[in-house]
Amino acid sequence: MNRVSFYLLRFSLILLITALCVGVAAAFVFFDTGFFNQFLPFYKLRPIHVTASIFWILTAAQGGVIYYLNDYYKLEHKQTLLIKASYFLWLLSIILILISFLSGKFGGREYWEFPPILAIPILLSWALFAIHFFKIILKNKGKKPVYIWMWSTGVVFFLLTYIEANLWQIPWFRENVIRDITVQWKANGAIVGSWNQLVYGTAFYLMAKIGEDENSAFNKKSFFFYFLGLTNLIFNWGHHTYNVPAATWVRDVSYVISMTEWILLINIMQNFKSKISEAKKFLNIIPYRFLLASEAWVFLNLILAILMSIPAINIYTHGTHITVAHAMGATIGINTMILFASLFFIFSKRDSNFSLINNKTITIFFWSANIALLFFWAALILAGITKGYYMVSLSQTFETAMQHVKPYLFIFSITGTILAFSLLVLSIVLLRAKIFSNNKA
Amino acid sequence: MKFFRKHFYHFFFSFLFISYISYSLIVYFIGSGKYQKTLNTQALAGQLIWQQNNCQSCHQIYGLGGYMGPDLTNIMSDKNKGELYAKIIIRSGTQKMPKIDLNEEQIDQLIAFLKQVDESGKSGVNPENINYFGNYSLAQNSYE
Repeated sequence: MNRVSFYLLRFSLILLITALCVGVAAAFVFFDTGFFNQFLPFYKLRPIHVTASIFWILTAAQGGVIYYLNDYYKLEHKQTLLIKASYFLWLLSIILILISFLSGKFGGREYWEFPPILAIPILLSWALFAIHFFKIILKNKGKKPVYIWMWSTGVVFFLLTYIEANLWQIPWFRENVIRDITVQWKANGAIVGSWNQLVYGTAFYLMAKIGEDENSAFNKKSFFFYFLGLTNLIFNWGHHTYNVPAATWVRDVSYVISMTEWILLINIMQNFKSKISEAKKFLNIIPYRFLLASEAWVFLNLILAILMSIPAINIYTHGTHITVAHAMGATIGINTMILFASLFFIFSKRDSNFSLINNKTITIFFWSANIALLFFWAALILAGITKGYYMVSLSQTFETAMQHVKPYLFIFSITGTILAFSLLVLSIVLLRAKIFSNNKA
Repeated sequence: MKFFRKHFYHFFFSFLFISYISYSLIVYFIGSGKYQKTLNTQALAGQLIWQQNNCQSCHQIYGLGGYMGPDLTNIMSDKNKGELYAKIIIRSGTQKMPKIDLNEEQIDQLIAFLKQVDESGKSGVNPENINYFGNYSLAQNSYE
């Protein structure tokens, strides 16, 4: 039994719970900043929330990939020294990062605000994971399914883009403001693409297993969409920096590439009918429900992403809560739903009774999470439209715009609390599963 | 040809990977366009102060950062705000913003950083510049 993958999965749930609790607190700071400033100011809450969320995704994806790889190649579920060392470094650095935030020690950039020295153990841990991963992949010859391509891409590109996100530590990169911002957001855009490859690969694996259709992981259409995703990872980061006065072609390249996302949207619409018949067949399977929810969120977020990638619209949405809606829709609606599917899939294999016993609780909180997320997402979009309208169309000050935004932020905070509570209950259900009580692989 | 067909995915991945490396290098070396000014020593120190105090969690530069406070890209050239206003806010804080524990030298460094950010361009885009392709020009921001 590879205990490391289970340790990672359990640790990821603790990170998710941290992100949820701190996220709820951070949402209410908008209403009484003075009160929070006495105990936990926003500049401490936000990085804790963001870091815990990012590492929840990375850790749960990593744990899943280790487990599935062993399963796919029918390897002995033994933990190697490499993967043990990787896990230890990962755990230690995340704990140190959270402690540094609580004690007010920062120094990094957006998403990675911790003291830059902590980037070293994170990088080292990922490199060890990458070695473990490729040792298995390269040892096993033969045609590989698309999800293994996606995981490989995620593993390699996280390493590269994480290094790129730290290039600012070389003075040449940061001494030119425009270069600095462009490179920073190039890295941040692509790094999201890299963990999406890990998570979407997991969704693909699960769907192949649930539908008992391994052929879908080898067909041309799957590879076409994999390569489309990779192309977007490489070139479609420029919407972050449309208004930065960098070279014009940075914006043009990104604009053109982002329009390829229409293909994804059209494909989802074309598959709508077959999706319904598939849903009728598998809806009683818990991991499938989460996968189905993630597909609905892909559809909604894709529409938002395409609109935000059109420069003429981006001038109204950039720097507003619409960006937050997009980020939350993707991290909760897509990534978290897929990762819950993955966790329920693995844990049900280890503790066959736990899904059955908790079926009612899971169903209730699955629906409450998704309904709350819909209102939460819509409130952020309305807040963003309001801010964009007052600041861009009416050229009002930030303070005036925020006065009009406040009612939407109230809805966002309330629905956010319901959403967090629902995800918290689902996390506790998973944490209570008896995954170490027998020797099943 | 058979070999190519058999390994098509590997070739295509390699092509995209090489494109990634090449495009990255192009962005690093010429992506900043005509803007070639570099931060002076004082501004570089101010940039680190910005990061060490996690100013980005609440404030934005070019619309990138947090949502609690205003975008600070052009605060220095804002005729209603400017250097003195920024110094007072940093020293004493506001109802929303906690007081930041900085000495005078550090405040000057932070101000120097914000001044040079301001000189790099304008954060907002005028909707009148949008063209038929849904794109726009940043010509009014002087570096394009």
